Amino acid sequence: MSPVWSFFTYPEPVDPDLLDTDVEEVGEGAPRGRRPWLRLPVLAAVAAGGAIGAPARYELALALPTRAGTFPLSTFVINVTGSLVLGALLTLIVEKWPPTEYLRPFAATGVLGAYTTWSTFMVDTDMLLKGGHVLVAAGYVVSTLGAGLAAVYLGILLVRRRPPRLRGRRATRVEQ
Amino acid sequence: MIILLGVVAGGVLGAPSRYALDQWVNSRTKGFFPWGTFLINATGAFLLGLISGLALYHGLGHLPVAVVGTGFCGAYTTFSTFSYETVRLIEEGTVEAAVRNMAGSLTLGLAAAAAGIALAALI
Repeated sequence: MSPVWSFFTYPEPVDPDLLDTDVEEVGEGAPRGRRPWLRLPVLAAVAAGGAIGAPARYELALALPTRAGTFPLSTFVINVTGSLVLGALLTLIVEKWPPTEYLRPFAATGVLGAYTTWSTFMVDTDMLLKGGHVLVAAGYVVSTLGAGLAAVYLGILLVRRRPPRLRGRRATRVEQ
Repeated sequence: MIILLGVVAGGVLGAPSRYALDQWVNSRTKGFFPWGTFLINATGAFLLGLISGLALYHGLGHLPVAVVGTGFCGAYTTFSTFSYETVRLIEEGTVEAAVRNMAGSLTLGLAAAAAGIALAALI
């Protein structure tokens, strides 16, 4: 096993019956049917969400222009607000609301997935490094990751009204 | 207006591409780690690096940058799902996996975007 690969491999969970639950909860949802990734109505719902999320990000970036060599404020605001809403929305969908088929693909995967962006975050950071703005780049990365995770946590907390059990040994069962 | 429509067109293609690839990858991997988003964000960072490099060094026009870069790459990659999956990894009791997800996504993403920019400079 190469060192690179072993960086991403994990020991078995303490309780093996948690495994399936974890795959469903951490990923985008349980695959169903023979080719779940090709279910056209779901893909259409995601595409409809993308048609809203992508131009929303574009418009917000126009409203908050960033000069070269400075902190990319618009992408920061987009990613942090999108994370806050996603944390709250997915907790509502998974833990509070009755099961629906298209809400998660449309609103979470589509709208919020397309609204927030990883690629611009990476390219903007590289451009800052390329221009010699190392401290701005480092501050951008640390603040985006920190605020993004805090925003998801806050979103979950706002819906649950009690703190998620971070660093707990096992998950609270999610009621389907 | 044409630029905005280009961003919409890219978003309409990018978001379902992410969904389909994420589902496909998740159906083929075991365990906690969100491999789908990890691979999506790395490949999308490479493509946006390439597009940004083509705009920087070869004067690629606003419309293709809007469609492929802002629209497709922006919608294909995602920060919110990355954050959510990272917090869920911590919540499930695997802080180590969450740190690996962050460090790995960041390292690979920055390298992939830089490789895309460098490739555009070489062309």
